[in-house]
Amino acid sequence: MNAIWDMVYQLFGEFGASQTALFLVKRDNEKGIVIVRCSHKALNMVRAAITAVTDINRKHAVIRVVAVSGTLKALRRKLFEH
Amino acid sequence: MKQFADLHLRPPLEEREQMEKLICKATDLGYSLVAISLPPKIKQATVLFLRKTCKSHGVDFATRIDLTPKSSNALLKSLRLFRRRFQIVGVNCISKSVARQAAKDHRVDMLAFPSSNPRKRFFDQAEARVACQGVAAFEIDMALLLQVTGFYRMRLLSSLRKEVAIAKKNGIPIVISSNACNPFQLRGPNDLASLALLFGMDNVSALNAVSVTPSAIVKRNREKLDSSYVARGVRIVRRGTNCDS
Repeated sequence: MNAIWDMVYQLFGEFGASQTALFLVKRDNEKGIVIVRCSHKALNMVRAAITAVTDINRKHAVIRVVAVSGTLKALRRKLFEH
Repeated sequence: MKQFADLHLRPPLEEREQMEKLICKATDLGYSLVAISLPPKIKQATVLFLRKTCKSHGVDFATRIDLTPKSSNALLKSLRLFRRRFQIVGVNCISKSVARQAAKDHRVDMLAFPSSNPRKRFFDQAEARVACQGVAAFEIDMALLLQVTGFYRMRLLSSLRKEVAIAKKNGIPIVISSNACNPFQLRGPNDLASLALLFGMDNVSALNAVSVTPSAIVKRNREKLDSSYVARGVRIVRRGTNCDS
């Protein structure tokens, strides 16, 4: 989550970061899945920032957006299908 | 359903395992067509291995060569030698004369500007006017954008924003590719499209740049390199002494 915040801050600055309303909903370390919530108006910004992450804690890493949904229920269904 | 394409993969060609990992990752991410950059003197066994690996993963494979000529004459010489041997020809434009010659030439498919320094990027209004009379597309490689940070990223984004606006204004197709050497540099097509927002591309154009445009380039070139191709709109349908029967 810190990596995503750092990237949002790097790319869009304090003003941009303030528009995202980004926060962590759930994290599953075993499956390596994280659910985050953000403002729907800032979706593209957050997505770009997530894609631009290249390392986490100084280790090479890539975060991939698996699914996007307006509700948690639909998101869980998409994740299950995936 | 959209067919996504990444026209610039650069796996290490000496390591078969790494090549396979990259192709596997590209398939996982949803690409149905990949083009792998090959050197001019590539072993046929390597090409066969790549073709076989792509087929086993269910992804279409296209061959690509990246030319980095030092002068426009060197570019013309290289094009004469390599055009018919590779399905995609990309030119890294490191000087203005090379950029102009590449834009004019109908044998060039992609114009790439590999530097983050605005003084070494030659895609300006004049270049675009020349390019719109040719068939070359403007290629954006995302690996550089992911690599640089801070001031250099800001400078690169600023250049890309101007160049994308110029390309759109002049009707030059834009292709977004990953330029990935390893699976860590690969991104999914929707993720690449979302990155394109950073330099002013809207969602529709960005998705076309990773799907429709690159697929059309490969299709066009495959038709041209086919043995039955004569000229635009002219194909040999049947050969023989009595073609009526």
